[in-house]
Amino acid sequence: MDFSPADLAALWLTLKLATVTTVLLLVLGTPIAWWLARTRSMWKGPVGAVVALPIVLPPTVIGFYLLVAMGPNGPVGQFTQALGLGLLPFTFAGLVVASVFYSLPFVVQPIQNAFEAIGERPLEAAATLRASPVDAFFSVVLPLARPGYLTATVLGFAHTVGEFGVVLMIGGNIPEQTRVVSVQIYDHVEALEYGQAHGLAALMVVFSFLVLWALYHFNPTRGRR
Amino acid sequence: MSTGKDTANDTANTIHARFQLDWPGFALDVDLDLPGRGVTALFGHSGSGKTTLLRCIAGLERAPVGSLRFGEAVWQDERTFVPTYRRPLGYVFQEASLFPHLSVRGNLEYGRKRVGSAPHKVSLEQAIELLGIGHLLERKPERLSGGERQRVGIARALAVSPEILLMDEPLAALDLARKQEILPYLERLHGELEIPVLYVSHAPDEVARLADHLVVMEGGRAVAAGPLGETLASLDLPIRLGEDAGVVLDARVAERDAQWHLARVEFAGGGVWVRDSGHAVGEAVRVRILARDISLALHRQTGTSILNTLPAVVAQIADDAHPALALVKLKVGESPLVARLTRRSAHALELRPGAVVYAQIKAVALIG
Repeated sequence: MDFSPADLAALWLTLKLATVTTVLLLVLGTPIAWWLARTRSMWKGPVGAVVALPIVLPPTVIGFYLLVAMGPNGPVGQFTQALGLGLLPFTFAGLVVASVFYSLPFVVQPIQNAFEAIGERPLEAAATLRASPVDAFFSVVLPLARPGYLTATVLGFAHTVGEFGVVLMIGGNIPEQTRVVSVQIYDHVEALEYGQAHGLAALMVVFSFLVLWALYHFNPTRGRR
Repeated sequence: MSTGKDTANDTANTIHARFQLDWPGFALDVDLDLPGRGVTALFGHSGSGKTTLLRCIAGLERAPVGSLRFGEAVWQDERTFVPTYRRPLGYVFQEASLFPHLSVRGNLEYGRKRVGSAPHKVSLEQAIELLGIGHLLERKPERLSGGERQRVGIARALAVSPEILLMDEPLAALDLARKQEILPYLERLHGELEIPVLYVSHAPDEVARLADHLVVMEGGRAVAAGPLGETLASLDLPIRLGEDAGVVLDARVAERDAQWHLARVEFAGGGVWVRDSGHAVGEAVRVRILARDISLALHRQTGTSILNTLPAVVAQIADDAHPALALVKLKVGESPLVARLTRRSAHALELRPGAVVYAQIKAVALIG
């Protein structure tokens, strides 16, 4: 099986997008998950629902609204223009922003579950042992939440690799900028290049299988609880 | 074992605690001065507020109205709330609550590393030795028994070299055998630590063995407080101890009888023979005498198997929980005893305050 330079560019771009998105999501998702796991605020429900929206919404809907928001007349677009960054749609940066929204629940929810499972007690124990809340977060909560972070990383990465509708809406199909693997496969099929499509599609199947296998291997308790 | 008597220079670490909090179905309202040394038991049934009080003192719970002083330091008042991690305390939870991702050594060092080089009242080695956990240091908590886990939990709290140790029913989650395993360690702490200990418990036998002072909690209030002996002997205690009613006396071994394997222990105003359990002459011990094990007679009996008969003066008579029973407080010299008899017997003997009787003691438990 040999891949064309365009295929390889799409693979590389996909990898880069998923990596950047996952790293951003772990950083952004942690405070959101922490808040959701511990708040008693009336906003817990609404915020949790907003975070979960991408699970049920068609990707084209998310892509559409993001396109409008990031466009020249949208609030985000006006903001980025005012900062001198130009417009985000049809750029790699725009794709990253969209992917962060799209994969948010797949990162926030496993981390939130891990935080909830840890409960209050280890934090109280840490406080009686002179650890400040920030100290306790890094020395106790993060190590104990490691399985949750592993799940979040794998799911966030894999879900970003698999996106298609959002990319088409927001990024279009610009080689080496926004043309990811899923779009490349679509192009091959449109051009009736089934052999090429097969190569990439099979790669995706193998990748997804390995990811899920790894997930169940490292998190054996997930199935039992 | 210390006698727990308050003297002027013990006031250094006195705790003054006043808290009011109102939760649905539960309210705490206490105003207490607790001694700065020895073991103070916060005793009460479940739901009496003893654990909540302890958590307020630790800063794990924040009472909306409250003030808390530890010696000179203000931990809470209208403007101040010192967070738990800035209070120089050690805390032992009911379940040991060890960090599962760290070894025993890692758990012990966790707090140790964070106190810096402040003067240590308890060294890490001392804590490990006191609790007998030297052979467990490399194990993970999941590979420890319940009793071992709790010992590590206590050592971990001591390793931060606290100025006060708070213990929330450290034995309640353990079975009887594990309790017997840990109690001797707690007694050693009592003997060797110079810091005050607040010990939450609902078990009268633990209190009798460990405490110097007693605070009785009920319905979110402290209904009695004082030195252990006096407070236990008070017939006005608003909670009924039932079969556990009785007194604890501080005593000293005066004589050992090798032929009969008995030892004579003396307390202020009297003495009793107990089974010799190996304590040397002169050693300080505690004896616990339950009210149900004392009967009264107007004259000294002869031809009885009872070993210990003490002349006593009736101080007070009160009703017990059951309408057939009465509790009689006696004075043997300065020491109090409490006897439980039927009201009919009390009537037949014409007992009244000031009457002279002979207390026949069927059983004495030597503790500590």
